[in-house]
Amino acid sequence: MNLPYLSLLIFVPLAGAVLVLFLNEKQHATIRTVATFIAAIPVVLVGMMWAQWDYSAVGMQFTEYHEWIPSLGIAYRLGVDGMSFAMLALTAFIGLIAVIASYGIEKRVKDYYALLLLLLAGINGVFVALDYVLFYVFWELVLVPMYFLIGIWGGPRREYAAIKFFIYTMVGSVIMLVGILALYLQTGAQTFGILELQQLGAELPSNWQWGIFLAMFIGFAVKVPIVPLHTWLPDAHVEAPTPISVILAAVLLKMGTYGFLRISHPTFPEIAQSFAYVLAILGVINLIYGALAAMAQDDMKKLVAYSSVSHMGYTLLGLAAATVTAVNGVVYQMVSHGLISAMLFLMVGVIYDRTHTRDMRKLGGFYITMPIAGGILAFAAFANLGLPGLSGFIAEFFVLLGAYAVYPNLVYISLIGLVLTAAFNLWMLQKVLMGQPKLEWEGLPDINKRELITLVPLMALTLLFGLVPSILMNLINTPVSELVARLGGM
Amino acid sequence: MITYSWIIAVIPLLAFVLLLAFGNRMKERAAWIGVTALGLAFLMALKVLAEVLAGAQAAASFEWLKIGSYTIDMGFQVGALEASMMVVVTAVSLMVQLYSMGYMHGDPRFNRYYMTVNLFTTGMLGVVIADNFLLFLMSWEIMGLCSYLLISHYYEDLNNAKAGMKAFLTTRVGDVGMMAGIWLLFSQAGSFNFADIAVWVENASGSENIITLAALLLFAGAVGKSAQVPLHVWLPDAMAGPTPASALIHAATMVAAGVYLVAKSYFIFQASPDAMFVVAVIGALTAFLAATIATVQVDLKKVLAYSTVSQLGFMMLGLGVGGYTAALFHLITHAFFKALLFLGAGSVIHAVHTQNMHEMGGLFKKMKITGTTFIIGSLALAGIPPFAGFYSKDMILLEAYRYNEVLFWIGAAAAFMTAYYMTRAIILTFFGKPRDMEKYEHAHESPLNMSIPLMFLAIPATLLGYGMYRDYFVKSFITLPGLTHAYHSDFVMNMAISVAVAGIVVGFIVYGTNWVSKTAAIRNLKPLYVLLKHKYYFDELYNGVVVKGTVGISRLVGWFDKWIVDGLVNFVGWSTGQLSRLTRTFDTIVVDGAVNGTAALTMAAGNQVRKLQTGVVQSYMLVLFAGVVIGLIIFQLIGG
Repeated sequence: MNLPYLSLLIFVPLAGAVLVLFLNEKQHATIRTVATFIAAIPVVLVGMMWAQWDYSAVGMQFTEYHEWIPSLGIAYRLGVDGMSFAMLALTAFIGLIAVIASYGIEKRVKDYYALLLLLLAGINGVFVALDYVLFYVFWELVLVPMYFLIGIWGGPRREYAAIKFFIYTMVGSVIMLVGILALYLQTGAQTFGILELQQLGAELPSNWQWGIFLAMFIGFAVKVPIVPLHTWLPDAHVEAPTPISVILAAVLLKMGTYGFLRISHPTFPEIAQSFAYVLAILGVINLIYGALAAMAQDDMKKLVAYSSVSHMGYTLLGLAAATVTAVNGVVYQMVSHGLISAMLFLMVGVIYDRTHTRDMRKLGGFYITMPIAGGILAFAAFANLGLPGLSGFIAEFFVLLGAYAVYPNLVYISLIGLVLTAAFNLWMLQKVLMGQPKLEWEGLPDINKRELITLVPLMALTLLFGLVPSILMNLINTPVSELVARLGGM
Repeated sequence: MITYSWIIAVIPLLAFVLLLAFGNRMKERAAWIGVTALGLAFLMALKVLAEVLAGAQAAASFEWLKIGSYTIDMGFQVGALEASMMVVVTAVSLMVQLYSMGYMHGDPRFNRYYMTVNLFTTGMLGVVIADNFLLFLMSWEIMGLCSYLLISHYYEDLNNAKAGMKAFLTTRVGDVGMMAGIWLLFSQAGSFNFADIAVWVENASGSENIITLAALLLFAGAVGKSAQVPLHVWLPDAMAGPTPASALIHAATMVAAGVYLVAKSYFIFQASPDAMFVVAVIGALTAFLAATIATVQVDLKKVLAYSTVSQLGFMMLGLGVGGYTAALFHLITHAFFKALLFLGAGSVIHAVHTQNMHEMGGLFKKMKITGTTFIIGSLALAGIPPFAGFYSKDMILLEAYRYNEVLFWIGAAAAFMTAYYMTRAIILTFFGKPRDMEKYEHAHESPLNMSIPLMFLAIPATLLGYGMYRDYFVKSFITLPGLTHAYHSDFVMNMAISVAVAGIVVGFIVYGTNWVSKTAAIRNLKPLYVLLKHKYYFDELYNGVVVKGTVGISRLVGWFDKWIVDGLVNFVGWSTGQLSRLTRTFDTIVVDGAVNGTAALTMAAGNQVRKLQTGVVQSYMLVLFAGVVIGLIIFQLIGG
């Protein structure tokens, strides 16, 4: 079928958000059903797109173009390649799971779902936009609902966390905006087209390229997040309600890496090369610092948050290495971490909903108290530590394989991170699941059907992508090879 | 049949899936799924071995992944070594699963146990038949997972949970080295495939250093998995798991996978004499140190655990000195007699509910089958002809003698102690007066499903060594092209027999007679005794430095992150807020000048924010937009 798929992916959730606002606030069940239905549409759309996907095509697919503000060169340009499509698919999938995982929310249900759907529309927009203005609008659009979702439905320190999140990413995106405007003005190209400016940006004088590259880099770095710009993340995660944490970790962080892949690196390949070693070192710092910080946490959710910081380190290292194997690993990691962090945050939610604590010193013995939940948490933790047969292994193995050819010494250092990652994951399992069951948690109900509906598909995909990586790799291989060629890598 | 060998590895996986789906509902009948599956797999493995003996070989692969311009294949290969190993693995796994029906009876996690054992068997078979490093590594790590799960099987006790974690992390240290080795090889050869890498090694003149580095990195994985010094510390703790699991995983098969890794990548090691020397020295050191520690253990399973570490050291020694055939021969015989010993120990523990040998004694009268088979296993381990271990150990010592006499004497000393500590264990467990009458009274021979596996395993423990050695069969069967063997040496053979007999005699004198006062011996050898009791202080060192150090650093990072990094962020936030209040008027003017389309959106957000919580956000926003303007000005200046 020939539909404007990408526009639909933006406007269906957007229209859904409006639709939800017209529902009766009292009828929670109706709101949830409608929201679920709307969130399911992108999954169907993505499935239809996948069926029509041209694996060998170089460049963008499903492109759309409409004039918007011709005098400034702003247009409604949409399109996806394998990398952005992988992100779209992830967003659609995680979006639906987050909607289902939100059934437990009882406070201002209508507003909540409207904001959630708005958030999904914004994220989809970021991944399909091929025009800088459009990209920036969606980038900011993501910020606003996220702010409210944390600020209203969050935990005790939600206001602090929401403001911190907002300001941090705001600072980042404003600096990015400066870069975008400078790029537009300096090239004098009269276009905001991302692909068009890719060709022209590389022709600017070197100091301009550096300035614009760094401005964009900071904007994306906050989102990734790159240490030391990461402290908004643990706070946002700890305070955010479970489904929002899921979206934050699984999809939102990927906007930063996606920015590198789509914008800053292809636009300024020479600068990216000169900057690569710094980026690689930042990656290794993220990897090890995140793992060490995770190990120091008593709060289970913070542990998972720092684990994200650590895992995003792989994406930086792989991108810096700029070899086909490494960058394929990077995109693979973006998807894989999306699935695994979602599982972990959902499991933290499962335990928190029952015990009202995330302090691992108070938990313990949950293998016996909640055997199925315990098994799933163990699965997620092993996925997180990169057990072969699960998706995380493929991602990390290929990132490091590809990086080894360029930065063998940095890879040797990151091996420490691999051991530490195993350590904090197993330590978490030991503290939460093992030991004698505690009396105070006796009789807690094991995982319920709704929770299983959100978790089982994630587990299945983690396993599938771990055993049959070609499903995903074939999708991203062509654009990744193109990007690597542009970056002058191997 | 041989072209379908991969099915043998898939069968236990199917059993795992079936157990996952139906096991809990089937209660203890679930065990039959595993036993049936492994029975089938064992028969198929025998058939494959028969075909290999008739001269067949097989290999097949399929395209698994395209990444960049690389094509990564997954596949298997079956030759003499692989077929023999498949028989060993399926046989031991079958015996263990049969035995576990009795041993694990009444365990609340019966099904979980069987699931894990079957998944483990798939992992081990994957390691055995993999034709490339990637599949090898993946299967290898699956084994690690199962090992972890089984060690911490009784996780109610946190000590068992910690033992599992220790095992996983210690082997992980080796594994990451091995991964780096695989990356290094891939970066050179562009493939994970053993055959492709072998071609690269052959043509890689001038890359000796790279080859040595690759070999040593791979060896790190082997050191971890096969519990070689200095990563041996996890294996004795692994005895926290159910005893039959120890027999399968921590004695017969998984721990031998490190040896198997070196054997599989022997073409890399052979190209680097330095790496071979390291393997030999580590092996000899491990064989010796572990044997000395075994002499003072009071826990029956721990004696066997250190004995396993020591025997794995022998195998590494064999590989390092060029005795490829000898090492793998020992791997195969050891798998059977060590599984036998562990299952025998399990039978004893099942009867007396203690692992402490000082609470046993005189059990032979009550447990004739267990006692007899245990003694057979011990004779095999001690290297007394004609039992299986004699032939393989003799071959290793022979190769060591040819390579380096010092290593030979270290090996001989370890062999002496092996005979000694096994004699000690047998006398303390089965003979003399019962030291705990209550436990003795309750003791009884184990049920048939436990004793039958013992009797089965006693057969290869007795006959397999001679069977494979006869007509030098093993030398032509499990071998590599271009491999030379040491000639027979009467001196080495006499020496091997003498040290074994001497060990038994000394053991008997110390423990079977009253001629030596043990308290006086301990008093006179105090420093040595303390050193051995503390296992050379490896654990103390690792706990004190590595574990405490890492935890300390992580605490420091956690503190730094919370108070310094985030503290700085909060300080900047706070001072910006102050500043913005002071300069609000100015800001407003500047911003009003600069705000445009984008600003409207963010302003709206800012207003919402203010309504919701506080006015500070808006002030921040104003400062930010001032920032935009200033930024643009700076850009303009730089760009000129």
